[in-house]
Amino acid sequence: MPTNVVMPQMGESIAEGTIVRWIKKVGDDVDRDEPLFEISTDKVDAEIPSPAAGRLAEIRVKEGETVPVNSVVAVIAATGEAVVEAPASAAPASGAAAGAGTAPAPTVTPAAPPAEDEDGDGADDPHRQKSSPLVRRIAREHNVDITRIQGTGINGRVTKQDILTFIESGAAAPAAARGPAVPASGSAPAATVPAPGPAYKPGESVQIVPMSVMRRKIAEHMVLSAHTSPHVYSVYEVNFGRIGALREKKKAEFEAAGAKLTYTAFIAKVIVDALRQFPVVNASIDGHNIVYKKDINLGIAVALDNGLIVPVIRNADERNLLGLSRAIDDVATRARSKKLNPEEVQGGTFTITNPGVFGALYGLPLINQPQVAILGVGVIEKRAVVIDDAIAIRPVCHLTLGYDHRLIDGAEAGRFLAFVKERLEGFAE
Amino acid sequence: MSERVLEVRRLGTVKYGEALELQKQLVEDRKADRIPDQLLLLEHPSVITLGVRSRANRSHVLATAEDLEREGIELFETGRGGDVTFHGPGQLIGYPILDLRPDRLDVHRYVRDLEDVMIGVAGAFGVTAARQTGFTGAWVNTAAQDAPPAWEKLAAIGVRIARWVTSHGFAFNVTTDLGQFSLIIPCGIADKGVTSLEKLLGRDVPMAEVEDAAVAALAAVFCRRPVEIGPF
Repeated sequence: MPTNVVMPQMGESIAEGTIVRWIKKVGDDVDRDEPLFEISTDKVDAEIPSPAAGRLAEIRVKEGETVPVNSVVAVIAATGEAVVEAPASAAPASGAAAGAGTAPAPTVTPAAPPAEDEDGDGADDPHRQKSSPLVRRIAREHNVDITRIQGTGINGRVTKQDILTFIESGAAAPAAARGPAVPASGSAPAATVPAPGPAYKPGESVQIVPMSVMRRKIAEHMVLSAHTSPHVYSVYEVNFGRIGALREKKKAEFEAAGAKLTYTAFIAKVIVDALRQFPVVNASIDGHNIVYKKDINLGIAVALDNGLIVPVIRNADERNLLGLSRAIDDVATRARSKKLNPEEVQGGTFTITNPGVFGALYGLPLINQPQVAILGVGVIEKRAVVIDDAIAIRPVCHLTLGYDHRLIDGAEAGRFLAFVKERLEGFAE
Repeated sequence: MSERVLEVRRLGTVKYGEALELQKQLVEDRKADRIPDQLLLLEHPSVITLGVRSRANRSHVLATAEDLEREGIELFETGRGGDVTFHGPGQLIGYPILDLRPDRLDVHRYVRDLEDVMIGVAGAFGVTAARQTGFTGAWVNTAAQDAPPAWEKLAAIGVRIARWVTSHGFAFNVTTDLGQFSLIIPCGIADKGVTSLEKLLGRDVPMAEVEDAAVAALAAVFCRRPVEIGPF
């Protein structure tokens, strides 16, 4: 039984790899774990061992070619008893599993966990092995039937560009939002969307710098979010007088316990309570279903030098103010020093972002998909406010809720924010 | 949690080819778990090395074969990632032979971690180095305060990973003769310069001090406990 050799995923941020050298030729015998080919990503060259013993029957990706992670790059035909080692169901997925000896893929694929592959798209669907996990994830999030797309990649593979073009063409979106899918008409989407982009050349008083992988991922994710969710915003003004006083009062106590008590911790605490109260804000949309999440996993957006990352505090509702303070400080510190584990940026159910740290009065953030709402925290500054017909000076903060109008209406968002405002202004000790 | 041991070997000047062989052996030993993690610190006699990306295309080597022979510079094809680079006296070479399992199975993260080490070494001498997105290495802005930034490369990185065991590593310019870089387009990046600790500080820096800083920074970034042992 032949074993498929796939492009391994050598890291969280890696979606593709370039084959720089085949160590074995077609027809060569290989042992399991014997070096088979070399790949290159960024400044790293890696030697990939064979997932199985046998004869190298076919090389599908030539030297110098770049393919998405998990693409089949070669096929190894079994010889003798090595067959026994190959898993019974030699579908592409098990090809990756057989690669467990090679092993990078199964252990380090947070961006596209193998588990995601299990949900539905049959392993024997030819398109499945002709698209990367990223493409399949985009397809799932947009309810796109990948088989409807004409792939332009190697062997008809549906590339990321193919699916994004398809979605942009509008052929995909209605599936989720507006009932029955528009039948895939003959009009090739690629033809209807002119290739965008100014053709800048170096030297014309511009400097051209390739995007980092992180930048590309952020760009992709933001476009995806803008396309997926009709965003609506409500902004509430919150008096932070009580929080400010409490923070001063408890600061020393928290410091003694080795924690930094920040405004964010107070806000996180109240948000967690609000999410319990309004489960629709802690949900996702899956086709025509609403998925209410039982866990409250709070994402905290952290700005980095050249991008941002959203570490997640799991089961945030199980933590008190001290526990939240510690957790926020911990993930933020490790995010900045790039010490987060891949699983720590996954599984968030709601996100808090803080444009106020840069001085913004309030922000209008994009939702962190597949979540349905995001809180933007504005700057906390003293302002003149009217209390009982008198003008008083109070620290004030603007809280923005950005929400997906497919699921959350203004009234619900208003109730959510009113709850948050009330709890913050009267924070119970 | 007990930290993993990192054996540090200060080898002095080692020819590139010999260091290549040595690394190969150590990688095999590390894969088989016969030895703990290693950090080799050394200098190379002048040599130009081609990474996997430049094997087919040598246009980034500007010098002719005669130039190289006259200067006594070797040319090597290697299995590390990256483009072409120059090594020579006054440049601290670090070859970490680390098993990235079980908790660091991410090649990009490894490169970023090495950048952290380089930035840490620079910091130990009061030099602020930074990442340049899209350009691996440690970079220093050498422009005057109000001028537009001019980034020069202080340290280069090129890595090989086999079965999650690393080899090759970093090259940090301490007192490197920067003129030698004019023989190549370093790393295939034409519009950025190179610099050295000596040039930045305006004084000579003993190699041993930079080695110490590299050991400390690497141990900190990778959570390893350094143990100094003899060359071999």
